[in-house]
Amino acid sequence: MKGMTIIVKTISSWVKVLIFLFGIYIVLFGHLTPGGGFAGGVILASCYVLLMLAFGREYAEENLSLPVASKLDCVGALLFAAVALCGLLYGAASFFWNFIHQEYLVGTDYEFNLVSAGTIPLSNIAIGLKVGASLFLVVLVLSMFRPEMSGNKED
Amino acid sequence: MTVFYILLLFMIIAAIIAVETKNLLGAVICIGAIGFGASLMFLFLRAPDIAITQIVVEVLGLIILIRACISRELTFISGPREFFGVVVSVAIIFAIFLAGIEVLKTLPDFGTPIFAQVPEAASQTYISEGMQKTGAANLVASVILDFRAYDTLGEATVLFTAIIGATVILRKKTKKLLEDPDQ
Amino acid sequence: MLYALCFLLFMIGLYCAVVKKNMVKIVIGIMVMEYAVNLFLIMLGYRFGGIAPIVDKGQLDLETGQIAAGFLNSSVDPLPQALVLTAIVISLGSLALMISICIRTYEKYGTFDITQIRRLKG
Repeated sequence: MKGMTIIVKTISSWVKVLIFLFGIYIVLFGHLTPGGGFAGGVILASCYVLLMLAFGREYAEENLSLPVASKLDCVGALLFAAVALCGLLYGAASFFWNFIHQEYLVGTDYEFNLVSAGTIPLSNIAIGLKVGASLFLVVLVLSMFRPEMSGNKED
Repeated sequence: MTVFYILLLFMIIAAIIAVETKNLLGAVICIGAIGFGASLMFLFLRAPDIAITQIVVEVLGLIILIRACISRELTFISGPREFFGVVVSVAIIFAIFLAGIEVLKTLPDFGTPIFAQVPEAASQTYISEGMQKTGAANLVASVILDFRAYDTLGEATVLFTAIIGATVILRKKTKKLLEDPDQ
Repeated sequence: MLYALCFLLFMIGLYCAVVKKNMVKIVIGIMVMEYAVNLFLIMLGYRFGGIAPIVDKGQLDLETGQIAAGFLNSSVDPLPQALVLTAIVISLGSLALMISICIRTYEKYGTFDITQIRRLKG
């Protein structure tokens, strides 16, 4: 559980920043370029999984512990539902109504900018948070199961 | 056109090796070969969103699969199942094979999809009006998060339930284990 | 013909899931079936000489908001891509669930063989 060799640790400490930045880029620009919340969320999760494989589970848990990951998971799901519910309160009063684009940005030439497409970037951020946190959570739980099993065998 | 055949044959060969090899770790690595071949195939089929997602999901899936079969006493399980079970399985496979052959006759030719010939198809509306109605240049994002956002809500629920199930199954100590001294 | 090869891939996965006795092999068969189905759905929307369903700056008329006819006539179908995108992430979640069931079973019975598990009932 102490991690891998010094070569892997050095390289992954350089690369982790780039992977995290690339994940954030994929999430934020999901409505203009290929990508979106799903792909970006899995990239963010794989950044933490890289930390866990290279430095050991304890180091990854210092950065993002299991309660924090489960709370982030719930926050992502609630944020996605909240964006959908906001559509119910505004304008045409239907679930998932894209109220920002239809009411505030209508007639303006905001196309191909980062701030465009109404609620789609907000939903992308919520989905990315949810997918990333939940997939890191499941890998963390799978790796935490190991000590108990070896303990049982010794008994 | 040729590249599709080459990639599909590569995936089929990798699948046969993954099914028939005795080594469990080798089978997992062959699954990785199938996944990366599928990712390349998505890229050539003009679906870059899915290619990105597939290649990242494949890496995480390989880590999870290797986690299952590393540091285990990998007993090579061989020998057939019971006779009755084998007969039933072969009957099921044969029935699905016959049904699939019937379906393959009715499919349109590759490269000439149905939605291109029907003017009132839903996909035509997404392509022609999706940019105006949602403002997103990526039409896949506009379909996922605006036109068909209920699908995404259901997907989030399914993912949430699967993660909760995995967490509960791998819980440290269950109440039954604590109460029952035999375990 | 490409559809037939895709169906062959599906049949290999089905054979693996139905006939094999190793639990991890069954999971592998289910994964192969998932790949085959995803590929088939994407293939249904492809057209010859197609381009990805992402609008460029040159293809949108900024005054009227109309999409250029060249894009309308050559874009591939965005609908199956959107459905498959969610299915891939769901398959990762269900893979984690299946693997956790396998690990739990191995811890209890000490083997991945499903016929052994049936005999050690109770």
